[in-house]
Amino acid sequence: MAIHCLEWQHVQGVCHRECDLKPSVAEAAVVSRDIGRSCRTIATFLLMCVAPLLSAEAQDRSVAAFKSIDSMEARVQGCVTCHGQSGQGTASDYFPRIAGKPAGYLFNQLVAFRDQTRKYAPMNYLVAYLPDSYLREIAEHFAKQRPAFTAPSVATADAAALSRAKVLANLGDDSRQIPACVACHGANLTGMQPGIPGLVGLQSSYIVAQLTRWRVGDRHAADPDCMKRIATRLSESDVAAVGAWLSQQQAPKDASPESSNLVRMPLACGSQQ
Amino acid sequence: MNFVRLSPRALLIPAVATVVAVGLAGFAWMFLHRGFLPTVPGAQAVTATTQIITRGEYLARAGDCVACHAAPGGKLFAGGRAMPTPFGDIFVPNITPDDETGIGRWTQADFYRTMHSGISRDGALLYPAMPFASYTKVSREDSDSIFAYLMSIPPVNRKNRPHELRFPYNQRDLLLGWRALYFKEGEYAPDPRQTAQWNRGAYLVQGLGHCTMCHTAINALGGSSESKAFEGGMIPNQNWYAPSLTSNREAGLGDWSIKDISDLLQSGVSHRGTVYGPMAEVVYNSLQYISDPDTEAMAVYLKALPQRDSGPPLSASVRLVSPGVMELGRNLYVKQCAMCHGEEGKGQPPMYPPLAANQSIVMASPVNSIRMVLNGGYPPGTAKNPKPHGMPPFAHVLNDEQVAAVVTYVRVAWGNVGTPVMPTQANDMRKALPE
Repeated sequence: MAIHCLEWQHVQGVCHRECDLKPSVAEAAVVSRDIGRSCRTIATFLLMCVAPLLSAEAQDRSVAAFKSIDSMEARVQGCVTCHGQSGQGTASDYFPRIAGKPAGYLFNQLVAFRDQTRKYAPMNYLVAYLPDSYLREIAEHFAKQRPAFTAPSVATADAAALSRAKVLANLGDDSRQIPACVACHGANLTGMQPGIPGLVGLQSSYIVAQLTRWRVGDRHAADPDCMKRIATRLSESDVAAVGAWLSQQQAPKDASPESSNLVRMPLACGSQQ
Repeated sequence: MNFVRLSPRALLIPAVATVVAVGLAGFAWMFLHRGFLPTVPGAQAVTATTQIITRGEYLARAGDCVACHAAPGGKLFAGGRAMPTPFGDIFVPNITPDDETGIGRWTQADFYRTMHSGISRDGALLYPAMPFASYTKVSREDSDSIFAYLMSIPPVNRKNRPHELRFPYNQRDLLLGWRALYFKEGEYAPDPRQTAQWNRGAYLVQGLGHCTMCHTAINALGGSSESKAFEGGMIPNQNWYAPSLTSNREAGLGDWSIKDISDLLQSGVSHRGTVYGPMAEVVYNSLQYISDPDTEAMAVYLKALPQRDSGPPLSASVRLVSPGVMELGRNLYVKQCAMCHGEEGKGQPPMYPPLAANQSIVMASPVNSIRMVLNGGYPPGTAKNPKPHGMPPFAHVLNDEQVAAVVTYVRVAWGNVGTPVMPTQANDMRKALPE
């Protein structure tokens, strides 16, 4: 059963009824049209439904819990049902892990959601009226967290695709000027200070959705937008394969981002400047 | 040739003497020559002009001009934002002092006519999306100050985009009819029976604050009737309900303290309730910048609004909730909500708002409560509450029955006098864009 949900609707749970019928179906059909017209643009992206059948353990991670009310822990309760108590993610097969990502990256995303340069209605709404200073503190709070990783997901791609993705991720593709993921996102895929996110611990559906949005010009980073240059060189099947392979990687013991090392980067990135 | 060889010591004496002499001369020069006034860091010359501009900026904040006249991520007051209305999209104009595309060639009189009469410089009638029905109460002096401020900001060359309104709403002459029905021109006239503070509050609330734009129901013609002022209504196209300010059953402020009202307006949170959604925008962009005396004046005026609860209290039968729904709602509440809002719904104000005895929970329209459960929300980050506590979305955690049950529970528990909510009502809000 093909399930097409508007991206913001999947968090709204509009499609739950259909998903309930077949929660294992996760179909990521991505359609691009009318890019960048309004905040409703995101509705042109058809993504997968979130199966609402969360395990008890996963539920607990998303229930409010904090020790002192005058703490960042208490203040960021607005984030926990989607991103987990410590930003480790929930049982959702979409919402990204944000724990341990570089503070600069998280801050850039929060500002982009607030100013609607990154479009995702539930996030645009939540942070619409928060000042820079507070968004920076929220970013620093989650950047400091080091919760355990959940077990990598089961492969959703065939062996040939996975081995191609492994080559792309570790070596890139010289013939198409595609650098390796690890060149910027870190040897262990844990990201790089100050502005490059870790990729380990993310779900395939999230990675595929983000790469696709970059390919079609709906997601941007600070100029020069290195990720745009890379994403537009990837084919649709590359994106699916890379998403599947990345989501299977084990996190290293120390999941901290690498320190900034501009000399080594294959492309100039605005978020590193 | 013979050179007179001087010892280093012999050279030192005239050198020191020269330095001392130059130093003394320098001192003498400093005392005798007055020169420029020394600059004090941070001090700026306060002239009549800068005073008017600063005052104009404050008043422009009070009028929340920026809410409409700036596009997200766009330049200040350059317009361009699309405002969806029930009649089509209106594109907000550029009000920077650009000669070609903004209001650079306008005069004070042109600007005052726009504010006071809703007529643009070229004589065109303005659509009432511009709150001139409120701004008409603004004094000429205040209008001139706002104009002086707008003239002082950087001009932005951005051409206005024509509105995309459906027929017949795209016929501006029809606005003559709207104006005859709903527009009463005239500056605010102080009520001599009231205090100066009350009058100041009334001037701000009725004029620049343009509170009636949301807190008075808009009818099918996009008008609102004066007799229903502040009685509340759905905000068109935003799917939020602006509560009545004249009913103690809604957001009537009759039994609120002046401090709680002021806190809510200025910081976004209070011991009685918290602002979210469109009101969070108003606090973030406008009210947090309003001075303490002006905020208190607004609070005094709002508290004194006549309370006009009409009709008898709701009968027990409309409030009847099936035991199964109540039990489901209670279980969900204990699991998901009690950590912050407390088992007894007392909350932890002002960080987490109380739900018991909170008028906004039991209003006739449950849409705001449903929206909060589905989408969560953060109050605005303000000067007096820079790091607000937030509520998470539950749309992906709870289905329609569960949302309806938990909202029903908080509307009837702990002595709350609300009515039950149906799953279809929760579903309607699920389809609305979070905003």
